[in-house]
Amino acid sequence: MPMRRIQSVLNHTLALVVSLIMFIPVYLVIVNSLKSKAEAAAMGAALPTALHWENFATVVEKGKLVTAFGNSVLYAVGATLIGTTVAALAAYVLSRNRTRFNRAVYFFIIMGIAMPTNFVTLMKVMQLTHLINTQLGIILLYASMSIPFSVFLIYAFIGTIPRELDEAAIIDGCSPVRLFFSVIYPLLTPVLVTAGVLNLLGIWNEFLLPLYYLNSSAYWPMTLAVYNFFGQFQADWSLVSADIVLTIVPVIVIYLFAQRFILSGMTAGSVKG
Amino acid sequence: MKSRAYPFYFAGGALALYLLFYVLPAVMGFYYAFTDWNSYTTEVNFVGLENFRLIFTSGGSQNYMHFVRNTIIFTIATILLKTAIALGLAVLLTNGIRRLAYFHRVVMYLPAVLPMLVVSLVFKSILNPATGLLNTTLRSLGLDFLAQRWLVDVTWALPSVIGVDTWRGVGYIMVILIAGLQAIPKEYYEAAAIDGASGWAAFRRITLPLMMPVLTVTTVLNLLYGLKVFDIVFVLTNGGPGRATDTVYTAIFDEFSKGRYGVATTLSTLLFLIMIVLGYFVIRLMHREAEE
Repeated sequence: MPMRRIQSVLNHTLALVVSLIMFIPVYLVIVNSLKSKAEAAAMGAALPTALHWENFATVVEKGKLVTAFGNSVLYAVGATLIGTTVAALAAYVLSRNRTRFNRAVYFFIIMGIAMPTNFVTLMKVMQLTHLINTQLGIILLYASMSIPFSVFLIYAFIGTIPRELDEAAIIDGCSPVRLFFSVIYPLLTPVLVTAGVLNLLGIWNEFLLPLYYLNSSAYWPMTLAVYNFFGQFQADWSLVSADIVLTIVPVIVIYLFAQRFILSGMTAGSVKG
Repeated sequence: MKSRAYPFYFAGGALALYLLFYVLPAVMGFYYAFTDWNSYTTEVNFVGLENFRLIFTSGGSQNYMHFVRNTIIFTIATILLKTAIALGLAVLLTNGIRRLAYFHRVVMYLPAVLPMLVVSLVFKSILNPATGLLNTTLRSLGLDFLAQRWLVDVTWALPSVIGVDTWRGVGYIMVILIAGLQAIPKEYYEAAAIDGASGWAAFRRITLPLMMPVLTVTTVLNLLYGLKVFDIVFVLTNGGPGRATDTVYTAIFDEFSKGRYGVATTLSTLLFLIMIVLGYFVIRLMHREAEE
């Protein structure tokens, strides 16, 4: 019995140590965001001696974070709505009507999960369509980037919705559009939330596409604003930390509220059952 | 009847976006890979295999094969580290502890939802040779000999990047593996215990074989990620010191920012060919898992 007690204590200690290591960076930015410039210079783990809340006001003003926050929300929400909706529509017909052709289309789309983006020729496409350096362009880009994985997730889920529902609705004279939006769409809620949250967080965290395709700083999202801010204020870790805290607070809040959906989505494609 | 109830135009929006922003650039890549397309002139000339020759034969600081080698080292090292550590943690959180197991899972997954940019910036400060938290902690423990010049040392830069990436990705892999572990019926372990099997024997004879399909999927996910790695390297070292940590994607970005679009596209297209072949097997694999 004592052997098992010791084993259990060891296990708990190990889990605690690993969790601490995973939490260190978040802890570091939180404590350093409240320090003075001199105190935060080494980005140490000590608690601040005095709380400098004004750091947040400074970065919001200097980093133009109000605009950046608005942009991030616009891109993440806009692209998620567009991407998830068109993916759900496509997954629905491809899953329900499994002709040879439709199966081929399905595989063709989910190949995008592996496909690397050619940023150089994509720039050419953005120029040709006049979408470069526009907010609509970046929203459409993000929406299309989310399509392969969303189609994959939703396709599998639609297989679990009984076809009898469709048949009953069709006999009652439902049009295809109504059948989808009034009967199927509500039943997809769990998988749409999962796909939506994953896309939302992915887009919020991304900074490559704006780096390539948005030149004017008025269109920059939070991540790119942080990157640029870091370039200007490298010596001032208290301000950089405050900027980072403001960027990750929405992410952490969404994560804590939606972890059930996130964790289920991550495992959906990988583990059967 | 079916095509009337499920009209194909429903797939039109997704297909249009996908064709325009994914497929078209990829196809254009095959054309521009054979040209001298660049930012200095509007003229685009056909140059045959010149870009390919450059990529496969260049030496010195523009040694593209060196970037390919870095990418492969990064990919293999992160696959091995993430899989081994994640499997250990998954077993710990499934069988090792009961209380607080879910709490630990949520905390350990946290790095995966943080922006890569933020993770990289914070680690840049943690790994600072003089003032960083890692070295100051090592020194205060009297372990000065372990304190390295992490990201700025030619020997340590790539291992440091691999370390940070493992820190970030291990929780994600762990969550997938936990789901796999939970799908193994408890009876197997009970039967093994009755037969007097040790914990290690049960792990080797029950857990590992039954986890093989899930481990294949996580390996593939890590592989696809590793070959495409960009942002963590870009922010942590920007390919430096010198070009010691440049990978295929950071080299593409470098060519792109120098205006050498033709070479950048050729690199992209080569990567595309490799990933499409890999992707084909991956999709078949994932599809089989989802169908069963």
